[in-house]
Amino acid sequence: MIGVGKIKQYSNVLDKPLSKGKQEVSLSAFSFLFSELVQYNQTQVDNIAELERRLEDAGYSVGARVLELLCHREKGNRRETRLLGILSFVHSTVWKVLFGKVADSLEKGTEHEDEYMISEKELLVNRFISIPKDMGTFNCGAFVAGIVRGVLDGAGFPAVVTAHFVPVEGQQRPRTTILIKFAEEVLRREARLG
Amino acid sequence: MAAICSLFIINKSGGLIFYKDYGSAGRMDTNDSLRVASLWHSMHAISQQLSPTVGCSGIELLEADTFDLHCFQSLTGTKFFVVCEPGALHMEALLKVIYELYTDYVLKNPFYEMEMPIRCELFDLNLSQAVQKDRVALLGR
Repeated sequence: MIGVGKIKQYSNVLDKPLSKGKQEVSLSAFSFLFSELVQYNQTQVDNIAELERRLEDAGYSVGARVLELLCHREKGNRRETRLLGILSFVHSTVWKVLFGKVADSLEKGTEHEDEYMISEKELLVNRFISIPKDMGTFNCGAFVAGIVRGVLDGAGFPAVVTAHFVPVEGQQRPRTTILIKFAEEVLRREARLG
Repeated sequence: MAAICSLFIINKSGGLIFYKDYGSAGRMDTNDSLRVASLWHSMHAISQQLSPTVGCSGIELLEADTFDLHCFQSLTGTKFFVVCEPGALHMEALLKVIYELYTDYVLKNPFYEMEMPIRCELFDLNLSQAVQKDRVALLGR
């Protein structure tokens, strides 16, 4: 029989390599769960800024855990200590694990030194979501912004992270940009490290 | 040549939650469309009771001289129906596609309230694409 004998028997559970886990979950199941998360939080707030903050907080806890897990699983218990390193870790490793693909783009802000942007044509969490007109610029990507903030904060790069819709020429749908504004201390440390 | 004249979606209590006109024929004002929706809801329910076959799920196709009406009822009682030109083909398939779009872009949208009128940008967008595709398929034949 094919494959027999290939599975190594480990007497000690600690010797077993950490399983990669199931790589994919149902998009529908996730969408319904996320939809409920947004609906629940909507009942708990009385303005949009508050809703955005709550979604971000929910994402923050995800981010903190994701960082821990991925550093162990993908990086052999090491984590990035440099600014560009951690940004590309978020842009590729984290995105790939969470959304099944690397983010569409990672850019440095043109106006400010401390700003970076991760852009996504169609953010997975926004796939089925239409924002009603009366909610203005609200973006459910706040949850993803929270995840990014969780990862960065956990890795020692405190930052303010926000999600915005950016209209694209020739496209009906705007893309979502995750704007990362690092704290002053991060940039100072980065300068010192050279 | 537009095969579809209009599309209706009615909730399980017969209220119109979505209405869209295609082409110039059979254009209706808001009151008329609401009336058609609740009429169809009742007729559908009556047909279910009067049908001689056991376990009948209601009218699926109404053929008139000037139009056909295809109806699809989901398991939860939401009804989708299109009014189209007589003899237009593939309407069942189109209704299934529309149902799929409804489950994706309406039911998974946290800002949609159940049984209420559908106002979802993504649903409109994908719906017009699906209908467009249907028209292209018609032209290709």
